[in-house]
Amino acid sequence: MNFETTIGLEVHVELKTKSKMFSPSPVAYGAESNINTNVIDFGFPGTLPTVNKEGYRLGVMVALALNANVENHTHFDRKNYFYPDNPKAYQLTQHDKPLAHDGWIEIEVDGKKKKIGIEELHVEEDAGKNTHGNDGYSYVDLNRQGTPLIEIVSKADMHSPEEAYQYLEKLRQIVQFTGASDVKMEEGSMRVDTNISIRPVGSDTYGTKVELKNLNSFNFVKLGLAYEEKRQSAILKNGGSIGQETRRFDEKTGETMLMRVKSGADDYRYFPEPDLPAFEIAPAWIKEIQDQLPEPADKRRERYVNELGIPEYDAGVLTDTKEMSDFFDAAVKFGANPKLVSNWLMGEVNAYLNDKKIGLLETALTPEHLATMIKLISDGTISSKIAKKVFKETISNGTEPEGWVKEKGLVQESDPAVLTPMITEILDNNQQSIDDFKNGKDRAVGYLVGQIMKQTHGQANPKVVNKILMSELNNR
Amino acid sequence: MNYLNETIDSLHKKLVDKKITSKELTEQTLSGIKEKDEDISAFITVNDAAVDTANTIDESGIKGSLSGIPIAFKDNIVSNGIKTTAASKILYNFMPVYSATVLEKLENAGVINIGKTNMDEFAMGSSTETSFFGNTHNPWNLDSVPGGSSGGSAAAVASGEVVAALGTDTGGSIRQPAAFNGIFGIKPTYGRVSRWGIIAFSSSLDQVGVMSKRVEDSATVLSAMAGHDYHDSTSSEKEVPDYRADLNKDMTGVKIAIPKEFWHEGADPEVIKQVNNAIDTYKKLGATVDEVSLPTLKHAVEVYYILASSEASSNLQRYDGVRYGFRAKDVKNIKDLFVNSRSEGFGDEVKRRIMLGTFALSAGAYDAYFKKAAQVRTIFIQEMGKVLENYDLIMGPSTTSAAFKIGAKIDDPLAMYMNDILTIPANLAGLPAASVPAGLANGMPVGLQIMAKPFNEQAIFNAAYALQEENKFYEKIPTALKGED
Repeated sequence: MNFETTIGLEVHVELKTKSKMFSPSPVAYGAESNINTNVIDFGFPGTLPTVNKEGYRLGVMVALALNANVENHTHFDRKNYFYPDNPKAYQLTQHDKPLAHDGWIEIEVDGKKKKIGIEELHVEEDAGKNTHGNDGYSYVDLNRQGTPLIEIVSKADMHSPEEAYQYLEKLRQIVQFTGASDVKMEEGSMRVDTNISIRPVGSDTYGTKVELKNLNSFNFVKLGLAYEEKRQSAILKNGGSIGQETRRFDEKTGETMLMRVKSGADDYRYFPEPDLPAFEIAPAWIKEIQDQLPEPADKRRERYVNELGIPEYDAGVLTDTKEMSDFFDAAVKFGANPKLVSNWLMGEVNAYLNDKKIGLLETALTPEHLATMIKLISDGTISSKIAKKVFKETISNGTEPEGWVKEKGLVQESDPAVLTPMITEILDNNQQSIDDFKNGKDRAVGYLVGQIMKQTHGQANPKVVNKILMSELNNR
Repeated sequence: MNYLNETIDSLHKKLVDKKITSKELTEQTLSGIKEKDEDISAFITVNDAAVDTANTIDESGIKGSLSGIPIAFKDNIVSNGIKTTAASKILYNFMPVYSATVLEKLENAGVINIGKTNMDEFAMGSSTETSFFGNTHNPWNLDSVPGGSSGGSAAAVASGEVVAALGTDTGGSIRQPAAFNGIFGIKPTYGRVSRWGIIAFSSSLDQVGVMSKRVEDSATVLSAMAGHDYHDSTSSEKEVPDYRADLNKDMTGVKIAIPKEFWHEGADPEVIKQVNNAIDTYKKLGATVDEVSLPTLKHAVEVYYILASSEASSNLQRYDGVRYGFRAKDVKNIKDLFVNSRSEGFGDEVKRRIMLGTFALSAGAYDAYFKKAAQVRTIFIQEMGKVLENYDLIMGPSTTSAAFKIGAKIDDPLAMYMNDILTIPANLAGLPAASVPAGLANGMPVGLQIMAKPFNEQAIFNAAYALQEENKFYEKIPTALKGED
C-alpha cells in the first residue's frame, strides 16, 4: 500500500518591537528574570491592555509580504486557560477576525515550483516561561510575557518533509527581509509546530492528524516529519490506527515520542476582549505599509544577476540574509565594484564570521569602509597582501582604511621613477642572478623580486616591479 | 466629624477661612468613622496615614475645591500601599503597587483617601452580604441591608462618616445602594471615567461613579476624576464639563420619558407612590412627561447575567494563587494550587457566577447564550437610543422595593438578581444614570432613577438638583443613627 503525506505548519514569529504588544514593558532577549515586567505583565488586579500599534504594523507588513489579504475590521479575543506562565489566565489573540488571510509562498523542490497556501495570520501575545529548579520549586519568568507574536498558519498543502523544509526556509527569508522579526529559531523568535497525517494514495478523506512539537531547527522539522511518515505508515500497514495525539521530537534519538493523547478539542472559551474596542485598519494605512515594504530577497537576487552581473550562485548567497544583502547594497552604493564587494563578502568576510562565530552586524566593519578598501586595491594604492592587513584592522576595530594606510605607511610604491634606480642598484650587486636568468633559470627572477620587496618593506607594487625588472634584465 | 450637614463647598470654605485645618478635618473624620462604624461597618480598611497626607496638604496650602477633603473609596479601587481586597478572601492581604486613575486624579486634586469601603465580593451582589469581611448595616435601619455592591460607600455617606464616596456600578451597584440609603449616586456613561485600577468584574459594563448626600458634591467629584486615560482604551476623549459650575435646576421644557415596563408589577406600591410624586414635581417645574415602551426590557436580567458572568469568569481567572493574594496550603501540584486556592478563596456567589459564565462561553453553549445575549444587548441599545432621540431623560424607580432585611434574600439568588432589573438597562446601553432620593416608603428611603443620553451627565445632575431643591431630602436624618435627632 502506498501512502501520501499531508503536512500543515503553524509558525510563531516574534515581532521586533521596542515594547510589548499590550503593555509598555521593553522587549529584550536574555535579561535577568522578571526585569522587563510591569503590573500589566503580572496580571495585577485592575490593569488593562493597550494595543502597540507598531506591533500591529509589523504584523501587517508580514501579511503583505506573504501575499495575504489584510482584514479591515477586527478585534482581539481572549483565549482562556490556566497556566503559571499565563498571568491573566487568558491570552490576547485574534480568533474571530485574524489580521489577514489567504496568502501564499512559492517554493522550489527538485526544480519544480509550487505555491503553498497560507490560511491566516494573527497577532497575539507570548506567554512567560516556567522553569523547574533542582530545589523542588518551579519558577516563573514573565520577561517574555506579552511579547508580540504573529502566528502564520499554512494550508495543509505540503506533501513531503522536504516541502515543509523549503516552506520554512522561504518563510524565514521573506519575513526576515521585511525587517519585522529576527526569525531566529535558536532564540525562539521563530517557533514551528507541525501537523502531519498520511492516507492511502487515492483516498478522499484525510488520515488522523498528529501534532509534532519541540522542533528546534528546520532540520529537526524535516527529520521529525520523516520519522512520522515512517512510523504512521508502519502502523497502518500492520492494520493499526493512528491516535490523535501530540508528539515531541527527540533530538538525540531522532525519534518522536508521545507527549499526550488528545481527548476531544480543548475548550478555550474564546470571546471578544472587552477591554479593547474593535478597530478599523484603514486601506490607506495598508497602502502606506505596502509602499514601505523593503525589497524582498527574490527581487534583490534578480537585480544582482541582471543589473550588477553577479553570478546566480553568488547572488543566492548574498540574499540569504537581509543583513548581508543590505550590507552589499550599501557597499555598492559607496562606489565599490559589485563583483569585488561580492567576492570579499563571500570570501574573507564570511571566513571571519565563521571563525569568530558572530553575525555581520556584530563586527566593526561598515559598508563604507569595505568599499573604501576595495577602491584602494582597485586603484593600486595598496597591494592585495596589504589589503589583508587593512581588512583585519577595519573589521576588528572599525578603523577607516584610507587614513590608516597613510598613517601606517602602507601605501604601495608604484612610481617607476622611484623603483627603477632601486632595481638597477640591486641588479648591479647581483651579477650572478643576471647570469642565471640569461641561462634560463627563472628562479632568479623570484630572488630579485624578493630583494626589491625586502628593500621596500613589501610596499613596492609587484606588477610595476615585474615590468621594470624584466625590461632591465633584457637590456643587460 | 459629622458630615450630615456639610457639603464640599462648606468644607472648602472652612478650610480656606482656616476655621479648620485638613489635618483636624481628617482626624475628626477618622474618629467619626470609628464611632459610627461600630453600628454601620461601612469600612474594610481605614487609612490612618491619611493624617500625614492632610498635614502635607495644610503645609502646601488649600488650593482647589477638593483640596484637603477626605473621601472614601470602594475596596475594588486599587490604592497604592493600602490594602485592596474587593471584599474577597482571595485578595484578603493584597497590597497594590500602583493606584487607580480615579484615585490618582482625585489625590492630585488634593483629595485624601480616608479608607476603603465594604462591598459585595468582587462587586457581585445587591446587599453587601457576600463580603468576606461581614455585613454593612443600613443607617436607616440596622437590620436592613445597605444594598450593593457599593453598600459600604453608600452607608458611609448616609451616616455622615464622609461627604462623598466612590463606588462602581456594573448592574446598579451605585444606584441601588444610593436609593436604599437616601443619597444621590451617579454611574457615568461607559467610557466617561477610566477603569484603570478598578478590579474588573465585567469589563464592558463596569463604570466608576460617585455617591454623596448632595447632587452638587457628586458633580464636583465627577469633573475631577473623569476624562480620557491612555491606560484605558475604552475611555472617551470627549472633554469633561465643569458639572458643578454648569448646574441648572430649570426644568422648563425638559422632555421626560417614563417606560411603562419600569412600573413593574411586583414593585412595592409605597415605592411607586414616592416615585410618582417625584415625577409630578417635574411636571410642576415645567417638564413634559410621556409614557414610552421598552419591550426588550423583559430580557434584560437574563442578558445581563449571561454577559456579566461570562466576562467575570474570564476576569477572575487571574486569581490562581501564583503571584499574589490567597494561596491554599499543602498543595501537591499546580492543578491543586489552582483548584484549592480558588475553591477556598472565592465565596459562593462568586463561584456561582464563574460557573454560569464559564458555561455560557463554552463551545457548546456559546452561540445560544453569550452570542445571543450580545445580540439582544445590541437590540436593547437601539431601543434605548430610539427613546432618547425624542426625550432628554428617562425616569423610573431605582428599585422595586426599599432596603430589605439582612438575610432575607441571600439564599434566593434569583430573587436577588431580579433586584437589578431597573438598573441593568443603563449598564447594558452604556448610558449615564443616577438615583436621587424621592422620599420615604414605610420609613425607608426610595430613589428616583434618571437616565440621559451618552455623555450628558449634566442633564442628570440638573434634574436631580431640581428635585433635591424641591424635596430637600438631605435634611432628613437616618433613623438608626445614634445621637442624631
